[in-house]
Amino acid sequence: MEKVLLRDGEITLHTRERSNKWQMYINIKGTDVFVRKSTGTANLDDAAQIATKYYDQLKSKANSASNSASGVIGWVDERLPILSFVRDHLTNYYAPKNFNFWYFFGSLAFMILFLQIFTGIFLAMHYKPDAKLAFDSVEFIMRDVNLGWLIRYMHSTGASAFFVVVYLHMFRALMYGSFKKPRELIWLFGVFIYLALMAEAFMGYLLPWGQMSYWGAQVIINLFTTIPFIGPELGVWIRGDFAISDPTLTRFFALHIVAVPMVILLLVILHLAALHTVGSNNPDGVEIKKYKDENGVPLDGVPFHPYYTVKDFVGIGVFLFLFSTTVFFMPEMGGYFLEHANFIPANPLVTPEHIAPVWYFTPFYSILRAIPDPAFGALAMALSIVVLFFLPWIDNNPIKSIRYRSMLFRINLFVFVAGFLILGYLGVKAPTPLYSALALRFSEMYFIFFALLFFYSKSRGNFFSYIFAGSMISLITIYDLTRINFENYILIITGLSLVCAFILFMTISPLYTNLNEEKEVPERVTG
Amino acid sequence: MMKNIFLFFIFFLFSVNISFAASQKSELAQKYKASNSISNKASLQRGAKYYVNYCSGCHSLKYMRMNTLAKDLGIDEAIFSKNLIFANKKIGETMTIPMKEADAIQWFGALPPDLSLTARSKGADYIYAKLNTYYEDDSSVTGYNNVAYPNTSMPHILAELQGGQKAVLDSNNNPISFEKTSEGSFSDKEYKQLTNDITNFLVYVSEPAKLKRYSMGFWVLLFLFIFTILAYYTKKEFWKDVH
Repeated sequence: MEKVLLRDGEITLHTRERSNKWQMYINIKGTDVFVRKSTGTANLDDAAQIATKYYDQLKSKANSASNSASGVIGWVDERLPILSFVRDHLTNYYAPKNFNFWYFFGSLAFMILFLQIFTGIFLAMHYKPDAKLAFDSVEFIMRDVNLGWLIRYMHSTGASAFFVVVYLHMFRALMYGSFKKPRELIWLFGVFIYLALMAEAFMGYLLPWGQMSYWGAQVIINLFTTIPFIGPELGVWIRGDFAISDPTLTRFFALHIVAVPMVILLLVILHLAALHTVGSNNPDGVEIKKYKDENGVPLDGVPFHPYYTVKDFVGIGVFLFLFSTTVFFMPEMGGYFLEHANFIPANPLVTPEHIAPVWYFTPFYSILRAIPDPAFGALAMALSIVVLFFLPWIDNNPIKSIRYRSMLFRINLFVFVAGFLILGYLGVKAPTPLYSALALRFSEMYFIFFALLFFYSKSRGNFFSYIFAGSMISLITIYDLTRINFENYILIITGLSLVCAFILFMTISPLYTNLNEEKEVPERVTG
Repeated sequence: MMKNIFLFFIFFLFSVNISFAASQKSELAQKYKASNSISNKASLQRGAKYYVNYCSGCHSLKYMRMNTLAKDLGIDEAIFSKNLIFANKKIGETMTIPMKEADAIQWFGALPPDLSLTARSKGADYIYAKLNTYYEDDSSVTGYNNVAYPNTSMPHILAELQGGQKAVLDSNNNPISFEKTSEGSFSDKEYKQLTNDITNFLVYVSEPAKLKRYSMGFWVLLFLFIFTILAYYTKKEFWKDVH
C-alpha cells in the first residue's frame, strides 16, 4: 500500500506499507530513493511529520549549497574561487587510504620551506651582506638580537633537515615507483626543486663568511672553471671578481634571499599542481582512480582533509620534536650542521687543513673526487645528478611498488642506498688510498644502479644479459687498465673483481634462478 | 607506523654525536679533557675573574658584551664595573682591548687572537690542553714550548702559578709526559681547577645562549610531546571509519 506524504514539484515523499511497518522513499523525477523505515509499529502521522522535517532539511541544504557561503567568505568567493579551491585540493581531493610512514615527508618538506622563509626574513633584518661586517653581524644575531640565536639555529638546522626530508622523500619515490607513468612530470619538477635547493643551500652557506663558507665556495666555484674553453671566464663571472670577495657575497645574498626562493616556490606549485592532476601514488603502486563508487569517488581514497591533515600533524609533531632536540641541544650536530672551522672568520690567506662540504653535498663530492682528473670528476658529478632527470624513462618496468618487484630489484635499491650513504661518509673524510678506492667503486655502483634499473625493465634473454654484463664490465676494466701500476694493483684488482662479481650476479642470475621473479600486483590497495 | 617512527627516532639519536675530529694531533695533548659545565656559576665567575686578570691584557673578547656577562653570571653591575672593567670602558660595551696590531706583531710576532669563539672553533679540550701543556724549552724565545700548540709564540703567563715542567721525549723527540721541575704557587689540583674555570668561562663566552637554550629546549620538547600525543589520538579518532 502506498501513501503520499508530501509533494512539491517533481519531488514526492511517500511511504510503502508492508506488514504493519512503513518504509519512506523520496521520488525525484521518477526515481525512488530509500530514506528510512519505521522502528516500531506503523504510524503514518509520525511518518508525515518526519517527512516534513526531512524535506525542510533537504531544502535548506540545497539552498546553502547553491548560495555557497554567506558573509565575508561568500563575498570573497563570488570574486575569487577560494571555496572551490579548498574543495578541489583539500576536502574533495582523494588520496589513497594506505599511505604509510614514508608519505610524511612531502608535507614535512612543505612545512620546512615555510619555516626557512620565515626564519630567513628575520635573519635578513639583522644580517649585513658585506665581507667586512658579515661574520660580526652573525655573531651579533647570536648574542645581541632577542632570540636571534634561536632564529639562526632554526635556519641552519632547517637547511640540514630540509635535505634529510627531501632525501627520504626521494627514496620513497624510488621504492614505490612514484616517478613512473603518469607521474613523470612530478618527478621532473621534484628533481628541479632538489637542484634549486642545492643552489640555495650552497649560496646560503657562504653568508656567515667563516673559513668553511669561504673555502667550500672556493671548491664548488672551481668546479665551473674546469669546463673547457669558457671555464676561467665563467668563474670570474660567477664570483664577480678574480677571487671570492665582497661582490661574491653580495650577489649570493641577493640570489639566496630573493631569486632562488622564488624559483623554489614556483617549482613547488608546479610539483603540487602536477601531483593533484594525476593523484598520489601509494605503497601498492596501484591506481585508486580505477575503482570508483557511483558518485565518482575512488573506493580506496579518503579526502585529503581531514584525513591526511590530521595524520600529517602527527608527522609534524614527531618531526618538530627531533628538530627541536637538534636546535636546542646540539645545533652544531658534532660539526656536521655547523662546521667548527666556520667559527673562524673567512681568511683568503689561510687554507683550512681539511675542506669538507656540508654533509648533504658529500655523496656528490665523493663522486667528484673519485676521478683524479678535475674535469672528468666534475663531469661524473654532473652526470650523477643529470641521470636523475631520466629516471622515469630508464626504469620502464610496469610494476611500480617494491612490494611486487623482484628480489634483485630490492638488492639493487638497497646497495644503491648503502652506497650513497657510504659516499656521503667518504666525502667528509680526508682522502686516503683506501678511501679513494672505495669512493671510486661506490661511484661506479651509483651508476650501475641506473643501468640495472634499465636492465630490469623487462625480462631479458640470454644474449642480451651476457652482452649487457660484458659491456659494463669492460667499461670499468678499461678505465682500471689506464691507471694500474705496481703500487695500487692490489686495491684495483680487489675492487674491480668485487664490482664485476656484483654485475654478473645481478644480470646473469635471472637466467638460472628465480631471483628476478616478480609478484602479482593486486587490483586494489591492500590496506 | 608507530614502530617505524620509533625506529627512525632511535636511528636519529645514534647517528649523531660525533665530536671534534682529530684536530689535536699529539696524543699527550689529547689526554687533557676539560671537565666543565656552564651551569656551574661559581666556576664561570672564577673563570671570568682569572680571564680578566691574566688573559684580557692581550686577548680580546670582542663579541662579549659586559652587561650580558654580568647578568648571565649573576654579578651585580656595580660590582662588575668596579672589579672587572679596566680603562674607561662602559658596561654596555664589548670586551675589546687597547693593544694595537703593529705593537702586538713587534712584541709577539702575531696579534694575540680574539678568544670569543675559540671554544667553538677549536674546542674546550684544546684550550684546557693548551693551558696545561706548557713545558720548558730553551730553544724557544719565551723559554716555553707547548704540546697542544707546538712552537706557540704565546708566553706561559701562568708559569708562576703552575710551576715549571719539563717534557719527557720519545725517540722521535715527541713529548710523551711531563716532569715537574719547580713548584708553583698553586698546587697541581688548584692549577687544574683554575685552567678548567678559564676554559669553562670561554665555553660560555663562545655561546652565551647555551645557558638559555637548554632550559627553553626542555619546555619546547615537553609541549611538542603533548602536542604529538594529542595529534596521534585525534588522528586515530578521525581514521576510525576507514578500513
